[in-house]
Amino acid sequence: MKSNTWTIIKKEFARFFGDRQLLFTAVILPGLLIYILYTILGSGINKMATDGMDDMVVVRIENLPENVAPLMESMPSIEVMQQPFSQEDINLLEDKGLNMVLMRFPEAFDSIVAVYDSQSGESAPNVEIYYNSANNASARVYHLLEGSLSAYEDQLSNRFDINRSDAEEAQFDMANTDDVVGGILSKLIPMLILMMIFSGVMAIAPSAIAGEKERGTIATLLVTPMKRNELALGKVVSLSGMALLSGVSSFIGIALGLPKMIQADMAGVDLGLHYTVSDYVVLLITILATVLIMASMVSILSALAKDVKNAGTMIVPFMLVMMLCGLMPMFQSGTSESLTAYLIPFFNSIQVMTSVFAHEMKWMPVIVTLAANIAYTGIAVWVLTRLFNNEKVMFSK
Amino acid sequence: MNEILRVEGLSKTFKLSRKQQKIERTARKEIVAVNNLSFTANQGEIFGLLGPNGAGKTTTLRMLATLIRPDSGDAFLDGCSIVSQPEGVRAKIGFLTSELKLEDFFTPNYLFDFFSQLHHVDEAVSRERKRQMFSRFGIDRFAEVKVANLSTGMKQKLSLVISLVHDPDIIIFDEPTNGLDVLTARTVTDYLQELRERGKTIILSTHIFSLVERLCDRVGIIIDGRMINCGTLEEVCGGMTLEDRFFEIYKEVKGGEE
Repeated sequence: MKSNTWTIIKKEFARFFGDRQLLFTAVILPGLLIYILYTILGSGINKMATDGMDDMVVVRIENLPENVAPLMESMPSIEVMQQPFSQEDINLLEDKGLNMVLMRFPEAFDSIVAVYDSQSGESAPNVEIYYNSANNASARVYHLLEGSLSAYEDQLSNRFDINRSDAEEAQFDMANTDDVVGGILSKLIPMLILMMIFSGVMAIAPSAIAGEKERGTIATLLVTPMKRNELALGKVVSLSGMALLSGVSSFIGIALGLPKMIQADMAGVDLGLHYTVSDYVVLLITILATVLIMASMVSILSALAKDVKNAGTMIVPFMLVMMLCGLMPMFQSGTSESLTAYLIPFFNSIQVMTSVFAHEMKWMPVIVTLAANIAYTGIAVWVLTRLFNNEKVMFSK
Repeated sequence: MNEILRVEGLSKTFKLSRKQQKIERTARKEIVAVNNLSFTANQGEIFGLLGPNGAGKTTTLRMLATLIRPDSGDAFLDGCSIVSQPEGVRAKIGFLTSELKLEDFFTPNYLFDFFSQLHHVDEAVSRERKRQMFSRFGIDRFAEVKVANLSTGMKQKLSLVISLVHDPDIIIFDEPTNGLDVLTARTVTDYLQELRERGKTIILSTHIFSLVERLCDRVGIIIDGRMINCGTLEEVCGGMTLEDRFFEIYKEVKGGEE
């Protein structure tokens, strides 16, 4: 006897793969949108960062000290004019199209600095630099001038250095690339994975259950001899499969789009993604267990909803809780030591994924997480079965 | 004749929400839809539940189809209890109401196969049954057309066919000709008679007197959720027309109000 659950799964997949619009929205669009968005963001950020970098800037200096003059000569893309300026000249800088910086030194700057005693309690000589931060060229030159003058100031009162690297191979930061990259990835990627899976579930689940209620097709299924738990399990498993496909699409979008955004060349840069086979296996199993529990929980909310629109509204608070779980790694160092914490759904998945990316994976939390998530999915399927049996839930208008 | 359906004291009460109370213009917090209803139906007969709107006909049929549970009482379809063996009951019945819809996205071909699988019908038997029924109802020409693109009449015929994929012995139809055009309605009523000739039992609800007179072997008049009169047409009508007899009963029950 063929399983009714399998019949439901086949039907849901036939619906999914046969509906080009749904397939495009749930599988192709997320990845495509992420890729396009990241690419546009990347090129925008890059343009903002590089815009005006080579433009010539006029630096008008009042009272240019002799000792500082050589610094100015060494700076690229600036034209120095030694000329006093007034408040009216300063106001001209409000025009962000003007590539200009105004700089005023106190008179006899060199001699004042030479005799200035920082312990005296008197104010130090002040150099005024006027610029417009909305003008990239002006802002660039400001930072250049500020940096050069700070370095000059350090040079005047140099007492000691920190981490001076005279030797070419001197290394002071002992972290390896894996730890650094792993630390960054462990804070970002788990949340992204959670959100990708969630967006996949959201694209499909409301239509598959609340939509069937709304269209009256669920009642047609409910008058067949199929058991309600077979229907519930069929829905959850098929939704999980579809959500996983949607998640994979988003993952591909991120994998292709992220380098565009950070302007890194994947071919030439070692990103330190050195993970073992067991890391990948744990990650995959954790994602699968997360997809199952998420699909079953969204299915419950969707079954409780009167229609697709209502389902969307009911799922929002659930989404916020998940986002909160996803943000946790950003506010904690390492992962939770208490095994009890791994009984909390979603939080446990995030913790396991964080540990994998940070190269800190331990087996016991992984086992607790998987066992807990499978148990919760079982409970959720049971609840969904009860809901399919509940006439008030199924037929309420 | 073999008794195939026994309904024993079925009752169902619905709670009214504030919104429903406003719509119904009542202060009552609940409404008794079916009140201690009992009747039987024999194999190979068409049994009609006749009553005005809101009499409890649809609720009764939905309880028999195990879509909703009775508050009290039970019904046995070919020996299966609707309370304790709902899956067994659903395997024995074909249920059709205008509330049951088919997914627009699929074709008649796909849907027939899908529901056959859910009823565990043998593949070869299902194939032959599909060929016969599609041909009988003129669906064969539209077998690969999505339901969304079918005419209303064709959709209704398909719904009828889908409800019978497993060739059930008991067929429950709620208002079988409601909303159908005259041609489709005739096709459906002709088919119901054909099913009776094949020994199937049909329980239908209606408020159309002519339909009962033309099709039903026995009839139960239901008003305010209670079975007021039940028997063969001769027994119920007593020489009057069904319509006249119904209004006579209705006045007796309602005290003259219409």
